[in-house]
Amino acid sequence: MNTNKVIQVEGLTKMFGDFAAVNAITFDVEKGEIFGFLGANGAGKTTAMKMLIGISNPTSGKANVAGFDVFKNAEAIKKSIGYMSQKFALYDDLTVKENISFFGGIYGLSRKRIKKKSEILIEELGLEDVANKLVGSLPLGWKQKLSFSVSLLHDPKIVFLDEPTGGVDPITRRQFWEMIYKAAHQGTTVFVTTHYMDEAEYCDRVSIMVNGKIEALDTPKKLKEQFKVDHMNDVFLKLARG
Amino acid sequence: MKRFIGFIKKEFYHIFRDRRSLFILFGMPIAQIMLFGFAITNEINNVDIAILDHSKDATTEAIINKISNSKYFSVKQFLDQESDIEAVFKKGKVKAVLNFENDFSKNLIKDHNAKIQILTDATDPNTANSISNYINAILSQYQKELNKDSNVAYQVIPQSRMVYNPELKSVYMFVPGVMTVILMLVSAMMTSISITREKELGTMEILLVSPLKPIQVIIGKVFPYIFLSIINAIVIVLLSIFIFKMPIQGSLVLLALESVLFIITALALGILISTVSATQQTAMMISLMGLMLPVILLSGFIFPISSMPLPLQVISNIIPAKWFNIIIKAIMLKGVGIQYIWKETLILIGMSLFFIAVSVKKYKIRLE
Amino acid sequence: MSIIVSNISKSFKKVKALQNISFDVNEGELFGLIGPDGAGKTTLFRVLTTLLIANEGAATVAGFDVLTEYKKIRDNVGYMPGKFSLYQDLTIEENLDFFATIFGTTIEENYDLIKDIYVQIAPFKDRRAGELSGGMKQKLALCCALIHKPKVLFLDEPTTGVDPVSRKEFWDMLKRLQQKGITILVSTPYMDEAALCDRIALIQDGKILEIDTPEAIVKHYPKQIYNVRANNMYQLINSLNDYKYNHSVYPFGEFVHYSDSRIDFNPEELKTYLESKKLLNIEIEKTQATIEDTFMELAK
Repeated sequence: MNTNKVIQVEGLTKMFGDFAAVNAITFDVEKGEIFGFLGANGAGKTTAMKMLIGISNPTSGKANVAGFDVFKNAEAIKKSIGYMSQKFALYDDLTVKENISFFGGIYGLSRKRIKKKSEILIEELGLEDVANKLVGSLPLGWKQKLSFSVSLLHDPKIVFLDEPTGGVDPITRRQFWEMIYKAAHQGTTVFVTTHYMDEAEYCDRVSIMVNGKIEALDTPKKLKEQFKVDHMNDVFLKLARG
Repeated sequence: MKRFIGFIKKEFYHIFRDRRSLFILFGMPIAQIMLFGFAITNEINNVDIAILDHSKDATTEAIINKISNSKYFSVKQFLDQESDIEAVFKKGKVKAVLNFENDFSKNLIKDHNAKIQILTDATDPNTANSISNYINAILSQYQKELNKDSNVAYQVIPQSRMVYNPELKSVYMFVPGVMTVILMLVSAMMTSISITREKELGTMEILLVSPLKPIQVIIGKVFPYIFLSIINAIVIVLLSIFIFKMPIQGSLVLLALESVLFIITALALGILISTVSATQQTAMMISLMGLMLPVILLSGFIFPISSMPLPLQVISNIIPAKWFNIIIKAIMLKGVGIQYIWKETLILIGMSLFFIAVSVKKYKIRLE
Repeated sequence: MSIIVSNISKSFKKVKALQNISFDVNEGELFGLIGPDGAGKTTLFRVLTTLLIANEGAATVAGFDVLTEYKKIRDNVGYMPGKFSLYQDLTIEENLDFFATIFGTTIEENYDLIKDIYVQIAPFKDRRAGELSGGMKQKLALCCALIHKPKVLFLDEPTTGVDPVSRKEFWDMLKRLQQKGITILVSTPYMDEAALCDRIALIQDGKILEIDTPEAIVKHYPKQIYNVRANNMYQLINSLNDYKYNHSVYPFGEFVHYSDSRIDFNPEELKTYLESKKLLNIEIEKTQATIEDTFMELAK
């Protein structure tokens, strides 16, 4: 096994009755890569991601995530990955510090380590003044940055982001991407599922899923050249419309 | 009018497509009546009692015979003196002791009244209460028979308070109570939930930004529930007549009208709740805590109001269910007409008008 | 004028949701309100659809005052709130029929207006709204908002959470509606949708940053923007942020948008600097400013 490949997927399939929600997808993701996993609503990307993070069993095929087999070692996978979604991120009725120590706690970090990590994290994000405020009272952009940092608390090998920057103001969104670049630079693999094509432009490589299959997989630049268009949006439109 | 009918049609779609709620809506009254009728019964059977007869004359013998011949009691022991009473209770052999005074017959003839003491083992207060009620009933029946052939009114003291339930069936007491609870629950909780659901889903925003008038929305929302509640009331009455053979003494028309009045009161309360709650969850909590508990505990359904501490008795007056409970008990069990319950009816009408006025005033034509 | 907003302010407790907002929308115009979540877009929509009362200022919609003539406004506007607000347990047809009825009309009467959109979802007309895909829900919501032939259409973030294909179709539909003479006020957090509007207002933190046509807004950007690319994105951003002459540094997909604070900026100089930071495959080329660049410049 190539140690640089933190996600290896081969012929992964999920059937719901006769319907193949995910139809024999094959791809690899390398260490430190920002990988965009795109698709329209219902194209199967959520189902595929659920299999990769070990909360849904594949019908057939092979998948290895962070060195563990999704069939045999789903629990080990959960410990080696971080997850952040726009819908569920942090508890609004807990303070910034309480959220950090709660999530640190569920990943089994020692109290000392949580304390140290939360100090670093609060300083990096410039949240010193609001550390004891309820997360619900923070602006959306701050929440999302905090949420991303929290998903990295236990130094996961891979972090899965589900539409991380939808609706955020442009400046905060860039700060958010700078954080993602930094995490990737430090060796964390970033797996972004989204249907916002402007998020796709930031990824190193993207795959586009249509009706359960991966129809395209390359860097945004090459995909745009291949389809002779200027934006990922148009690549997507061409693919999805067949 | 077309708008209004369209609205009601939509409400019925909601109701009939939500199978679970529908099941609760119609399953609950049946389940509750059955539960109260069969399972949670206060009826007693073959309870062991003891007798302390100070006079030992023909009358006391007749009474004792009557009691021991009933299927409810069996006389286990005859005591000789007052001091034996405590001992027999302590051993737990009997649940009650009847203590006839000296010269029972003589007193009855001379003073037209004679005293009998009913001592019950109050470690189980419900049973104790029932036993004393049952004995009272038997005594009063005896007294009736006694007075039938005479023009003097003889009295055996204490007198029973259960004269209106001579067959001693507790389900008769529960039917009015269950009906009160069900009507309150269906009407108030269901309407408040159905209105707040629109708020939660965001559809209320669209309804507000439409030419529908607030009053059309409110009536459109409550109308289906008036209909459903009436069906529920009918189901309860039919069940009690056909399953429990309960005779409805009074006028069915009057019963129906009073029920509709109470349904309207409950609906008005439901609307009021929906104006103060933003989510279905809040509406449900307020309905359960603010309506159901008082209805069950303070309406006289389970605990007699007369035996409550004074502050609770005063509070019970503001609970519509108390008045409705009085009204339907009177109609169902006593068979009285409007002339005896006009006061309670007026109170309910007053309450409904008040709640409707407040909720129309509080209903917002905007979002805040 | 179809919509006139003058000096509208609205606060919730301590939060100033809208501060002194003014703008006009011409009849038949497709006007976009562009800003991130929490900018005040929804509050403004609710003031204009008479759901909220502003603390200060005045506004008219279709010639009616939002405060005193709210009933007339409610007869004349169509409103599609941000959250999908139809009855999930009713079918497509039942939803549409319900909204037609409460507005005192029928589907047949205004079928012309919704025909284009409705034919796309008509094959599923007996399916419950809760079981529809995001794009179909949206088309249904639009049909419901149009069924009474409103003069003004308010669409609050209609494309949020919808995939690119449905978004494209949705904007095409709006263009066609505009041709039928309906004034449309639409809000969106996506800057790339701004270019599809006749005029836009950029809004952030309850304040309007600028109002103009998308072309003019882009033209007003005060600096020349350069696309910069190198082998390592993270190091590139850090190096540019450390560069003392930078005016703005924003990652933009595979590039970084860079503008310089000097008038006589020479890209070669920057290239030399980046090379000194051990970056490879450096490319620097001029590019057009986008709405997003303008927004960030104004919001800074």
